[in-house]
Amino acid sequence: MIGLPFLYTIAGVLFAGWAALTLADRTHPKRLGSAAFWGLLALSFLAGDMLGDLGNGVLVLALVAIAGTGNLARGSVPTSSVAEREASATRHRNRLFLPALVVPAVALIGTFLFKYVTLAGAPLVDPKQVTLVSLGFGMIIAVVLLIAWLRPPAAAPFHEGRRLAEAIGWPIILPQMLASLGAVFAAAGVGQIVGGLAGQVIPDGSVFLAVLVFTLGMAGFTMIMGNAFAAFPVMMAAVGLPVLIGTLHGNPVIVAAVGMLSGFCGTLLTPMAANFNIVPAVLLELDDRNAVIRAQVATAISLFVFNTLLIWGFAF
Amino acid sequence: MWPLIGIVVIVIGFALRFNPLLVVVVAALASGIAAGMDPLSVVATFGKAFNTNRYVSAPWIILPVIGMLERAGLRERARDLIAATAAATIGRILIAYLLLRQATSALGLTAIAGHAQTVRPLLAPMAEAAAERADPAITDAGRQKIRAMAAATDNVGMFFGEDIFLAVASILLIKGFLEANGIVVAPLQLSVWAIPTAVAAFVVHGARLWRMDRRLARR
Repeated sequence: MIGLPFLYTIAGVLFAGWAALTLADRTHPKRLGSAAFWGLLALSFLAGDMLGDLGNGVLVLALVAIAGTGNLARGSVPTSSVAEREASATRHRNRLFLPALVVPAVALIGTFLFKYVTLAGAPLVDPKQVTLVSLGFGMIIAVVLLIAWLRPPAAAPFHEGRRLAEAIGWPIILPQMLASLGAVFAAAGVGQIVGGLAGQVIPDGSVFLAVLVFTLGMAGFTMIMGNAFAAFPVMMAAVGLPVLIGTLHGNPVIVAAVGMLSGFCGTLLTPMAANFNIVPAVLLELDDRNAVIRAQVATAISLFVFNTLLIWGFAF
Repeated sequence: MWPLIGIVVIVIGFALRFNPLLVVVVAALASGIAAGMDPLSVVATFGKAFNTNRYVSAPWIILPVIGMLERAGLRERARDLIAATAAATIGRILIAYLLLRQATSALGLTAIAGHAQTVRPLLAPMAEAAAERADPAITDAGRQKIRAMAAATDNVGMFFGEDIFLAVASILLIKGFLEANGIVVAPLQLSVWAIPTAVAAFVVHGARLWRMDRRLARR
């Protein structure tokens, strides 16, 4: 069955390629540190299951030590010049959009079709990972098409990937790091403590204030954890179930569904949701790391007010 | 109360702009030790979670495709196309994208767009080209605001579209949580209640984009 290991192998080979290219780049300002960073990441993706928990933990500490001391840097990657790009854009015109659509198209088709493909009675692709696996196939097909069509140098896929990865830098592992922090917070019981505190501040008798504590708790705890999924069980157990649904007889569907969306408003406001807010700031070369969050504030607050009123008006 | 120290570390560390990777590790150690775990087992817990969460970083395998397309001039083509289309103002481009992103996410197709896949190679250069035509004297800071708004539009579109889809992770989480507490609900009921906020998101964010258009056009 094709599942996550297939994706991890692609990613691991890619990271290993970046490590080798960095090592071979004599002009790289932080050659050894950067090569070690991509090499360790390759090790994690290719052999993470064999390292043991503590081994993986030490690997993370090493990654953080390299990135935290400024030893992960950008080199000069061979790519096309501005003039070459202008010329290529004029020559190929809208045909350039087609390969960009290959990946989403394959992801889409794969998601629907792989459900029906079986091998010796078992599904060919892990049903839980069908979209990610399809994304992997889409990437391979797109790279092959681009090589056949544009005939770039053979190492171009690795060079171009490395060019973007180096432009992103350490934020490339921040989302995975924050997800792991969530696991440590869960083990340390952070959720229960926050939920207990939120449960204590509910004032008696006011439906509106009880709703507000719930939605503020969803948005606020989502901002802390960077993820509404982590906030939802905590705030539901502390306020949603016992107070809004229990004591005040609110409609559980509205409380839960719109409560989750209140959490999404928090996601728009926090650097902890790194893949939505910090990574794009880096990808789009913005000087202010929080520029995307700033652009979202007015929308997030308006929708937060809307969601709070929606629960208050329709759930009771 | 003491395990909350990790949250304090995060807030202070981010505010003082320390390297977020360092802040995350220190926060994990602080919360874990405060909860009575020994440092080595905190490191092991973190390492185990890092290994299980590799799928979070797996989508980066798209980078070679995006890089090769940029090498072939995709961003330049996206820019030229918009520059040649007088009707394509920044507000219209971003509102159309918002609608498309919400609609595809509502069908469960969240993975077909995103910051690496569509915003950097397509949407941001298109939005910048349109802004440049409306205001030829636009500054670099102005361009950065446009790009930030392009990323924000992708986020708003996806967040407030995906919950309309029945099988999305958050709907399944809600259903599972309520069921574990003795309340049985159909996913359809939950997704129906995602629609009002989806409409509100389109109206609120769309209005902001429309005003952005007006502001640029007045210059």
